[in-house]
Amino acid sequence: MKIILSVIAISLFVTGCATAAMQTDTGKMLVARLEEDFSSKGPATVERMLNQDEVQKLCSAYPLEMSDEQMETLQASQLKTVKYPADGNYLGEWKEGEKIAQNGRGMQSSDQVKGTNGGNCYACHQLAKEEISFGNVGPSLYRYGKLKGESEAVVKYTWAKIYNSQAFTACSNMPRFGHSEILTEKQIKDVMALLFDKNSHVNQ
Amino acid sequence: MRLIASIFATLITMIPLQGFAGNSSTDEIAKYRQLLADGNPAELWEMRGEELWKKKLGPQSVSLEQCDLGKGPGVVKGAYVELPRYFKDVNKVMDLEQRLIHCRITLQKLTPEQAVAVPFGSTGNPSDIEALVAYITAASRGMKVAVSTTHPKEQAAYELGKRFFFYRAGAHDFACATCHSKDKQRIRLQELPNLLNRTDAQNTYSTWPAYRVSQGEVRSMQHRLSDCMRQQRFPEPRYASDTITALIMFMAKNAEGGVYDAPALKR
Repeated sequence: MKIILSVIAISLFVTGCATAAMQTDTGKMLVARLEEDFSSKGPATVERMLNQDEVQKLCSAYPLEMSDEQMETLQASQLKTVKYPADGNYLGEWKEGEKIAQNGRGMQSSDQVKGTNGGNCYACHQLAKEEISFGNVGPSLYRYGKLKGESEAVVKYTWAKIYNSQAFTACSNMPRFGHSEILTEKQIKDVMALLFDKNSHVNQ
Repeated sequence: MRLIASIFATLITMIPLQGFAGNSSTDEIAKYRQLLADGNPAELWEMRGEELWKKKLGPQSVSLEQCDLGKGPGVVKGAYVELPRYFKDVNKVMDLEQRLIHCRITLQKLTPEQAVAVPFGSTGNPSDIEALVAYITAASRGMKVAVSTTHPKEQAAYELGKRFFFYRAGAHDFACATCHSKDKQRIRLQELPNLLNRTDAQNTYSTWPAYRVSQGEVRSMQHRLSDCMRQQRFPEPRYASDTITALIMFMAKNAEGGVYDAPALKR
C-alpha cells in the first residue's frame, strides 16, 4: 500500500514537473520567436516587449493561479512605486483632463517618439454624460467626485490608482499611467480634476 | 414582378425602422451590409485573385495552379478552412499567406523580396497577395472551419499562439486577452469579440478576410492582426511571421465548426 502511494506521489510529481517544463519551454520558444518576428517602430520597441516586468510576467499566466497572498505581495510592491505630486497639489484643469481622456494617441508603432500621449479614458470608462461613445471594460466614473467626496484618502487613492492600477488590483487591465510614463504628473493632475472638480462635467 | 416590388417595399419600410431601433454602430454596419447584400466590393478582389492564380509569372512563366495549399497541388476549394496546417515539404506549419509566398518562390521562382512585395494594398498600389487571398478564401465559403492539431508541430503552434494571446507586455501592459477574453466588452462603441467563447470566435474567424469600408481594401488576417499589434502598443510584426501564424492557429482552433463566410464586409 505504502509502495502504491509513493508510486502515485512520484508519478504526480513527475507529471507536474513535465507540465511545468513544457510551460517553460513554450515560454522560452515564444520569447525567441518574438525577438525574430518583430521589429521596433516608433515608440513601440522590441526590447520593451521582451523585457516583461514582474507584473507582466505573473499576469501572463493562464489561467491565473495566484494565491491571495501573492496578489497582496504584488499589490504592495506596486504601491511602493507611486510618486505623489511633490507640491501637494493633486488637481489641475478639468478641461485639459477632458482632452486627455478623449485622446487615444500615444505609444503605438504609428505614433511619434516622445510625442504627447493621451489617457484614452473613454475607451474603457463612462465619464461625462454628454459623451455617449464610451467603453465598458472599466467601471463607470460618471459623478465620480460627487459620489466619492474629496477626502484626502479618496484623493490619494485615486491618484495612486491612475499612477499604478496594479497597486490595488493585481493583474488589472488598466495601464499604469504614471509608473509606465504614459502620462506626465501634470497630465495626471488634469485627469484628477476631471474626476473631482465640482465644475467638471463628470460631476454634473 | 409584383413579388419583387413588394420585397422592395418591405425593405424600404424596414430601413427607417431599423434606424430608430438601432443605437449601436454594429446596427449601422448591419444596415450597410444589407444594402450591399448582393454586391460586396470584395468580389472584385476575388476575380482579380483568380486571374492572378492562373497567370503565368516569373522567369520561367509559371502559374500558381500547381500550388499545394494542403489538399494537393491545385486544390483551392476547401483549402482555407483547414489552414494553418503542417506541410511536410517545408517541415513547418504555415498559414495561407506564408504558403502563397512559398509557392511564389518555389513554383514561380520569384525572389523572396518579389514574393512578399506589397503585402497590403493602398490606393493606386494594389496588393496581389490580398487578391489571391480573397480568391482562395472565397472557395471555402459555406464550409466548416476544421484545422488539425494532431501533428506535433500543429500542436506546438497552437500552444505558442495561446501563450502569445495571454502575453502581457509593452507600455500599456496589454495582451490580446486584455480586450478579447470576456463577453460583451466594448472599446468606445466598438464591440470586442471574446475569442475564448466559441460563438464569438466562430463569428469573427469566419468573417476574415473582409472588405473594409473605412479603408476601401480587402484586408487579410495578417493585416488584421498587425493592426491589433499596433493598438496593443507592440512593435511591428514581420509580414507572414511564425508568431502571427501561431496566433491564427489558436484562433482557428477556437473557431472550429464555424461556417466560413468570407471575404465579408466590415467597417
